[in-house]
Amino acid sequence: MRPPHGPGPGGANPWVRPYVLTGGRTRTRQRLHVHTLVSVPYYDPGYADLLPPEARSLYDTAHTAVQSIAELSAHCSVSLGVARVLLGDMAARERLVVNPEAYTSPYDPRLLERVIDGLHQLAR
Amino acid sequence: MGFTSSPASAPRLASAKIVVAGGFGVGKTTMVSAVSEIPPVNTEAWMTQAARTVDPLTGGSGKVTTTVAMDFGRITLAEDLVLYLFGTPGQPRFWQMWDDLSRGASAAVVLVDTRRLDASFPAVDYFENDSDVPFAVAVNLFDGEQTHRLDDVREALRISPGVPLLACDARSRESVVRTLVAALRHTMDTAAPERGGAAAR
Ligand SMILES: Nc1nc2c(ncn2[C@@H]2O[C@H](COP(=O)(O)OP(=O)(O)O)[C@@H](O)[C@H]2O)c(=O)[nH]1
Ligand SMILES: [Mg+2]
Repeated sequence: MRPPHGPGPGGANPWVRPYVLTGGRTRTRQRLHVHTLVSVPYYDPGYADLLPPEARSLYDTAHTAVQSIAELSAHCSVSLGVARVLLGDMAARERLVVNPEAYTSPYDPRLLERVIDGLHQLAR
Repeated sequence: MGFTSSPASAPRLASAKIVVAGGFGVGKTTMVSAVSEIPPVNTEAWMTQAARTVDPLTGGSGKVTTTVAMDFGRITLAEDLVLYLFGTPGQPRFWQMWDDLSRGASAAVVLVDTRRLDASFPAVDYFENDSDVPFAVAVNLFDGEQTHRLDDVREALRISPGVPLLACDARSRESVVRTLVAALRHTMDTAAPERGGAAAR
C-alpha cells in the first residue's frame, strides 16, 4: 500500500508518518484499549535490533515496567494510534504480554467497588 | 501465551479508566491533576477519516489522518489496581476518537463551565446519544460561586433526568473524588455488567 504523499504547507507532510509506520493499518488483531496494561517480561535483544526506531523504543520501554498503551505512547513520543498498532503486532507475535482483563466488564460491581474504595482513601 | 507468560513474582495488575470530557478550558486537565499521582501526561491521538472530509493533504489514499492532543493521569489504587483518567479533547468532531478513548471506560464525567455552557454541549450530546458509557455531569465552580441553578444547567444542556448533575471544584482533590465516585455509583446503578465488556462495540 502506498502512503499518502506530498509536502504540507510547512514542508514535510506530518500526516505521512503514521502510514509509513503502520502500513496504513488502523486496526489491530487484539483489542487494545488506551488503558490496557502490557509488558515485555522476556526481552529478546535480537528481536529488538530488527525493529524500526518507534517499535524499538516501545519494546524497550515496555520491558522496564508494566504500563498502559497510553503511557508507552507518551514516553516514546509515538502517537496513540501508531503505538497501538505496533504494540498489537508485538502481542500477536507473542513478544508482548497483554495483561488479561481481571474483570469481565468495566461495569463489574466488584471492580467499581474497589475503585470507589481506592478513591475514598485518596481523599482522606 | 507460551514463553511470554508473566513471571510469577509480579502481582497481576488490573486497570480501570474514567473519561473526563468537556469543552476547551472547562477544567479537564485541572481535574485530572487534582487526583493524579503523576503530572498529567500529554500525548497525541491520531485517527483516520474517510476522504470525503475534504482535505488537500489526503493524497491518493482516500484517507486523512488527524492528530489531537489529549492528556491523562494515573492513580495507583492498590498493589494490583491502577486507575487512569483521560481528559478527552473538547470537540467530538472526531467522534471515532471519542469512541476509541471511552471504549472500556467504567464511567465518564462531562465537565461544564456555566459561563460557557455551549462549550460542553457536544460532550453531553455524545454521552447522551452516541455512547453506552454511563456518565455524570459536573459543573466546575471556577470562583466558588454557583452562578446557575443546577436545574437550569440540566435544562439548558438537555441532560436526562437520570443523569447525576453536581457541582465541583476541579482544583480540589476531595471534590474531584466525590465527582468521580458519583459517576462510578451511577454506573453501578444503571449499567448491566455484561455490557461494556472488553470487546464491546
Ligand atoms: N479559579 C479556577 N481556575 C480554574 C479552575 N479549573 C480550571 N481553572 C483554570 O482554567 C484554565 C483551563 O483549565 P484546564 O484544566 O486547562 O482546562 P481544559 O482545557 O479543560 O483541560 C486553567 O488556567 C486553569 O488553571 C477552577 O476551579 N478555579
Ligand atoms: Mg486540557
